[in-house]
Amino acid sequence: MARPRLPFEFLVALRFLREGRMQTALILLGVTGGVAVIVFLSQLIAQLQSTIIDRVLGSQAHVVVRPLEEVNLRARSDPASTAVIEPRAQRLRSIDQWEAIVKLAEDQTGVVAVSPVVSGPAFALRGRASKSVALLGIEPDRYRRIVKMDTYMVRGKFQVEGTNAIIGTELAKDLGVTVGDKVFLRAAGGRDELLQVTGLFDIGNKDLNRRWVFTTMKLAQSLLDLPGGVSNIDITVTDIFDASDVAARLQAGSGMTVDSWMTTNSQLLAALRNQSVSNNLIRSFVIIIVALGISSVLVVSVVQKQKEIGILRAMGTSSNRIMGVFLLQGALVGFVGALSGVGLAWALLQIFSTIYRTGDGAPIFEPQLDTGIALSAAGIALAVGVLAALIPARRAAKMDPVQAIRA
Amino acid sequence: MTPARSEAAGKPAIISMRGLRKSYGIGTPVETEVLHGIDADLAEGEFCALIGPSGSGKSTLLNLIGLLEPPTAGELSVAGQSTKGLNEQALTVLRGRHIGFVFQFHHLLPAFTALENVMMPAIIAHGVATAQDEAVAHDLLARVGLSSHEYKKAGQLSGGQQQRVAIARALSLSPRLILADEPTGNLDTHTADDIFALLREFNRERGSACLIVTHDPRLAARCDRRIELVDGRLAASTSVAEPA
Repeated sequence: MARPRLPFEFLVALRFLREGRMQTALILLGVTGGVAVIVFLSQLIAQLQSTIIDRVLGSQAHVVVRPLEEVNLRARSDPASTAVIEPRAQRLRSIDQWEAIVKLAEDQTGVVAVSPVVSGPAFALRGRASKSVALLGIEPDRYRRIVKMDTYMVRGKFQVEGTNAIIGTELAKDLGVTVGDKVFLRAAGGRDELLQVTGLFDIGNKDLNRRWVFTTMKLAQSLLDLPGGVSNIDITVTDIFDASDVAARLQAGSGMTVDSWMTTNSQLLAALRNQSVSNNLIRSFVIIIVALGISSVLVVSVVQKQKEIGILRAMGTSSNRIMGVFLLQGALVGFVGALSGVGLAWALLQIFSTIYRTGDGAPIFEPQLDTGIALSAAGIALAVGVLAALIPARRAAKMDPVQAIRA
Repeated sequence: MTPARSEAAGKPAIISMRGLRKSYGIGTPVETEVLHGIDADLAEGEFCALIGPSGSGKSTLLNLIGLLEPPTAGELSVAGQSTKGLNEQALTVLRGRHIGFVFQFHHLLPAFTALENVMMPAIIAHGVATAQDEAVAHDLLARVGLSSHEYKKAGQLSGGQQQRVAIARALSLSPRLILADEPTGNLDTHTADDIFALLREFNRERGSACLIVTHDPRLAARCDRRIELVDGRLAASTSVAEPA
């Protein structure tokens, strides 16, 4: 059977494209390149950004609730006198009604995990060594959803009970201890306790490896003299760029001091934003160039196909269907270009992930293609193809069949 | 104006023209009227030649009848339907359903095979080619003697072969009217005779009316009737003795 199986518009659009071999090949190449650049760049920047964010947020909460600062208030303002109000030294305090605030935080949309933390300064002592540390009393099941401690454990499990403690590899080295040894901990207030080291972690940050000591909340509360209290509440959110909104809502709801990582790391955030802006700029220009390319090739094609358009019109094709034929050509070029562009981007990612490596030889980024990015790039290419075909298609539709046939 | 009544009395008119005028460049200093009021009918099944010197408006008249351009003034009915006030969509439907074109330079679609070219009016009308459409196309190509050339692209065929394909294409939806603009214009005498005979054959067999623009008095003489245009006016409408 030699009967063409495609509907009219597809049949004609495909034949026209096939007939204009060189033009079609060139424009497909253009779309492929454009889509590849967009996908590759987006993927690269998304991965690099997530790597940086992971590194920064790997050891800190997205949002932290702290008690309000203590300030000196004057009982009455007296216009006849002036006073110098000195700022107060901030002592370690518990968050008022912290259980209610934990509940409030858990009920917020976009909040993944909430972990109350008792933290304060202490000294770790062993023999003649004395190291200043940060004591962190936590509930492991809650805390591991704030900082992925399980992935950082070098020895032992991230689990605390009784007088067990988990310390960093650097502190262990400084004190000359390992799992099973005992460490003497003295808090700033003079309370002390003998702790058993049951785990070692390496967060990838020497300073934190030297300072963090995890114990149970109860132990930390008694050492820091905060019976039943917590010093801060750590929160993880679904969308990290939502953190400041969540923080603002919590602050309004709780009346406490609430900071997000975005305020604590504002410079990093600015850098990431600038990177995103330049990425969007490049993407926009590439899209415009691809659109112009498709458009100009189709304009030429309309002129070349003038006679055929006239014949088709004379045979009973409406101008709308002629328009459809050219819009379809744009869509087909966009679609096929998107497919090959995504393929090319994938290949580029494979190649560059082997070229760019970190100091220790690990690839800076994974050679994976995010389906979301690939699909959206393909969608954009399709839409751009149709939009770019709009002008040539309208020109084809408006063509006077008599003039077209005579041409 | 001489009213040119159809010679085939009794038969309904497939085309009816009343005071048909066509001007170009309306509203510009070079406005010119090409047709100055044409009154003529073409009966169903009639085989008619449209003759006249170059520039007399033959092609323009054919384009008006073929609904490819609108008249400036006057009435035109195709298959009993007045074309006045019809939009482009309606005109396209009317054209697709009732009219088949054979152009001077055969105007096949070069990207398609002979068979696909013949199927094209059906594909346009039905959206996609049906088995029936394909059977009809095979049949028509066999009738014009091109069964062995079905899968050749238009460019691989000779001029005469291309014109045969064009005729087969014009007939693919069995239109009631075939408009041929100098269908034998650039063919040698022998091939021209063949093409003309083919048109005549289909006319007799299927009853499709034919309006053929031609410069060839030999061929014009073999039509049922001759309509002559001179300077955009109807000069004569002569009935010719039916050739054997």
